[in-house]
Amino acid sequence: MSYSVSVKNLTLKFGAAEVLKNLNLDVEEGEFIVLLGPSGCGKSTLLNCLAGLLELSEGQIHIKGKNVTWAEPSERGIGMVFQSYALYPQMTVRGNLSFGLKIAGLPKADIEARVQRASEILQIGPYLDRKPGALSGGQRQRVAIGRALVRDVDVFLFDEPLSNLDAKLRSELRVELKRLHNRLQNTMIYVTHDQIEALTLADRIAIMRGGIIQQLAPPQEVYNRPVNLFVAGFIGSPAMNFLKGAVVDGGKAFQVGNTKVSLEGYDGGTNIERPKAILGLRPEHLLIQPEAEAGMTIPAQVELDEPMGADSLVWLVAEGHQLSVRVPVENRPKPGATVHLKVEIHKASVFDAESEQRI
Amino acid sequence: MANTSTISAEPSGAKPKPFITWERAVVYTVLIVCALFFLLPLYIMIITSLKSISEIQGGNIFVPSSNPSLAAWEKAWNSACTGLYCEGIKVGFWNSIKITVPSTIVSIAVASISGYSLANWPFKFSEGFFTILLLGSFIPYVVMLYPIVIITRYLGIFSTLPAVVLVHTIFGLPIQTLLFRNYFASLPQELFKAARVDGASYWQIFFRVFVPMSVPIFTVSVILQVTGIWNDFLFGVIYAGPTNYPMTVQLNNIVNSAQGGKAYNVDMAATILTGLVPLTIYFISGKYFVRGIAAGAVKG
Repeated sequence: MSYSVSVKNLTLKFGAAEVLKNLNLDVEEGEFIVLLGPSGCGKSTLLNCLAGLLELSEGQIHIKGKNVTWAEPSERGIGMVFQSYALYPQMTVRGNLSFGLKIAGLPKADIEARVQRASEILQIGPYLDRKPGALSGGQRQRVAIGRALVRDVDVFLFDEPLSNLDAKLRSELRVELKRLHNRLQNTMIYVTHDQIEALTLADRIAIMRGGIIQQLAPPQEVYNRPVNLFVAGFIGSPAMNFLKGAVVDGGKAFQVGNTKVSLEGYDGGTNIERPKAILGLRPEHLLIQPEAEAGMTIPAQVELDEPMGADSLVWLVAEGHQLSVRVPVENRPKPGATVHLKVEIHKASVFDAESEQRI
Repeated sequence: MANTSTISAEPSGAKPKPFITWERAVVYTVLIVCALFFLLPLYIMIITSLKSISEIQGGNIFVPSSNPSLAAWEKAWNSACTGLYCEGIKVGFWNSIKITVPSTIVSIAVASISGYSLANWPFKFSEGFFTILLLGSFIPYVVMLYPIVIITRYLGIFSTLPAVVLVHTIFGLPIQTLLFRNYFASLPQELFKAARVDGASYWQIFFRVFVPMSVPIFTVSVILQVTGIWNDFLFGVIYAGPTNYPMTVQLNNIVNSAQGGKAYNVDMAATILTGLVPLTIYFISGKYFVRGIAAGAVKG
């Protein structure tokens, strides 16, 4: 099986600092991969390596089965879209779109046809003869996408393309990008620190930290079965609740404070006792109910609530931990009340406190 | 509803101000006094250059000529004596042009390309190279004068036009390269990356992407080079040789030639003529000059 993009044992050093560490990544034909991570995790650096804008210290990059490790950016069959748009300010939109094609020496009619097609797809026809300075942020980013589009490439690289736009425009262009991907079926590699973009756009998300891919999986898998504490805490807003405790009773229950929660039905292997473990529960995987159920609930005190329209985020204290629970607005308990939290254990994650890995 | 009616009842528009406030009066007074202080010498030069010698000797220095004439200007340009030759300052003018134009073009061409390379194509010792270049701009000229005499003699061009052009070009490079490097470094890096992804080569990126965006910095460096080289006296007198003396050297020879009485009117006319070129450049490009200097500070 030949991959669209294949990164093999990639290491990148800036002086003594290893920015990317022995990284491997295989991207299938037509796949939408999102590189997600906090600032400085190496996601943009990886993208620049793929584009050929940075020289690798070790490793190889293959695109469409061809080794392009030492190829020039323009020879790799990639198009790139930048956060700051990076349009040539002195050229018109048409000039921006055709610049690369002219350099490649394409015939005029061919250039014209490609510009026409891109401007139709992106609906930038009316501004073709304007300069970038006379366009709004959203229009500029469309032109920037168009510049990658006209090059008729195999792989699109996006470096935080929506980060400079305001919230409304960002969500509009996000949908447009998804539509574009559905239409073109190109391989797309997309860098962002915005988890909503990652969850909505990606076929698979690669979550990075410290130059290493922590987990590479479809969005639902990353959300529901995070491989370690970092991924669990990074994905999801509001963040996952963490309860520090221990796996007891031969791996059959989780002990937090004075409460035991049964691990029956937990999606993972827990038949070993662990003196230090962490139970991770998403705010929507806890149910607030008035009465206790043995082995199923944790007693908690309601602290405050944050109504957010359709539902409300309730903050509680349970066994010395602060937790948030998402409930429908009409069911929210009063602050100060004592309630019981029913744990949906089959949706929970248990982590070893030492290795921070999912059990 | 009640709210909107109270708002619309208030006066709208900018707060009215009296035309003259005392702060403004102080500012204008200071500015006018300063302007007069600096304009006074120019005024005296101009009216003196329009007088005849007898009028200068007999009259008040501040009073304009009763019978203004351009005779002194004509003499300064065409027939004032610079030492042995009496061909006026026009010889120096053309010499200065011959020195300034090639030095400016060559130094800016080399500096802009090296600045671009240093900013965007880092090579192994580029940082060290840049540091050496920076140090170069702080070394006083005077220590280099004699070594360069020897070098140009060795090259067989001492006392010729190429010698003085070469010296001006080389001495202009450190500061010009610094100027261009910093300007190019201030342009968004992503633009450079985008051009590389588009397949543009080293020269294509320079000429088709960067140069069109760099009008302000080219303006600044043309101004700095032209005025600097035009105003130079030292290199001209040392390296150019008597037949190629630039305008400044010729001016000095006219003013200091001690035959008979001092022709103040001719001296003044010659001085204004010499200063006219940098002055014109400042007037024409003042707007761009300021824009260029500010360009690094605030991204457009």
